[in-house]
Amino acid sequence: MEVPILKQGAVLIATFQAALSDADLNQLRMGLVQQVVKFRSRAVIVDVTAMDVMDSFASRTLREIAHMIRLRGADTVIVGIQPEVAFAMVQLGLTLEGVATALDLEEGLAYLNEKFKTTN
Amino acid sequence: MTLNNQAPELARSEAPSELLRELVAHLRQNRTQLREEWVVRISETRLLTAMTKEEIFAEATSIYDSYVEALETEAFEALQAYARNLSERIIPRGVETHEVVGIVLLLRDVLARSLFAKYQNDFKKLNRILDAYEPAANRIANTVAVGFVQERERVIRQQQEAIRELSTPVLQVRERLLILPIIGVIDPQRARQLTEQLLRGIRTNRAKVVVIDITGVAAMDVTVANHLVQTVEASRLLGATVIVTGLSPEIAQTLVTIGVDLGKMNTVGDLQGGIEQAERVLGYKVATLAEPEPR
Repeated sequence: MEVPILKQGAVLIATFQAALSDADLNQLRMGLVQQVVKFRSRAVIVDVTAMDVMDSFASRTLREIAHMIRLRGADTVIVGIQPEVAFAMVQLGLTLEGVATALDLEEGLAYLNEKFKTTN
Repeated sequence: MTLNNQAPELARSEAPSELLRELVAHLRQNRTQLREEWVVRISETRLLTAMTKEEIFAEATSIYDSYVEALETEAFEALQAYARNLSERIIPRGVETHEVVGIVLLLRDVLARSLFAKYQNDFKKLNRILDAYEPAANRIANTVAVGFVQERERVIRQQQEAIRELSTPVLQVRERLLILPIIGVIDPQRARQLTEQLLRGIRTNRAKVVVIDITGVAAMDVTVANHLVQTVEASRLLGATVIVTGLSPEIAQTLVTIGVDLGKMNTVGDLQGGIEQAERVLGYKVATLAEPEPR
């Protein structure tokens, strides 16, 4: 199942659905990295609220997305990681270091607005 | 019990239930006297010292009647329920397991003695009566003891749960600021529970900053220290910043030994400093309204 990428002002929002195959993740990565420049977006929010489990491939892909988008000149915020998922990820050593995180979509947008204000 | 296998043809002539009925009739007839004897034996052996004489007598009467009833009907549910009820009442008063088992075994002895006295001239009948009596009596003793121990374990479980819940409060001190004071020894199980409650607390209170105060923790082993670091990282994944305060020298030593990435750990000396820094992060500014009035 393909992940829809929504444009909201200067921000791109991608919302993960429950189960994603590795191919879907790869497709999402390419889609985001292409569109972030195409739409001249300043940031990307990846919402993973629906994910009850996060395997190592998914979290590695998340980190890669964030770093690639950084190289393309925009910020990434991962939002909506579930408490159980968060601890499981940390135990696997997948701490998404260097990637901004927020509680949910609202928080993520607030974080970015704050950031845009200071960099303007 | 050692004479179980002798004279099987005699044993068959009277069904065990018949014998039990005779036995029960005997026990009913001599109820007052046997119960009296039992109570005397209980105080002689200094059991149930936490209870008064009247209480012992009242309980003895109920136990005696339930005992005889269980012998008669061979249904142990009522006795089991009574044993549980009794345990509920006497456990808070400090009655020990050996006392409860002791009094049931005493009753068993008293009744067996009375059977010896009654049938001393008819040895074969005595044997058959004991054959019928002993298994039932053992089962009763077993039922009561198990009921008591189960009740005790239930109480212990309940208390453990209560302690565990009390030991990990997640408190909101300001909008979006939680504090988690930890006191006492942290074992891996408690550490896991702390993490779980904290992460859930972050979600439900929409916290942005969490102050974990471990002033009350003297030392922690490497496993728990690692767990603490993981908790800090997991909280960050939920979008919350963690400030750890009150690290004792020993814990600091442990954290350095396991090689914590200090860039990820936000630490402040004491709880007050931690809350002040958290307020700064959240954009709060605390100021006095006016000069305090001179006294």
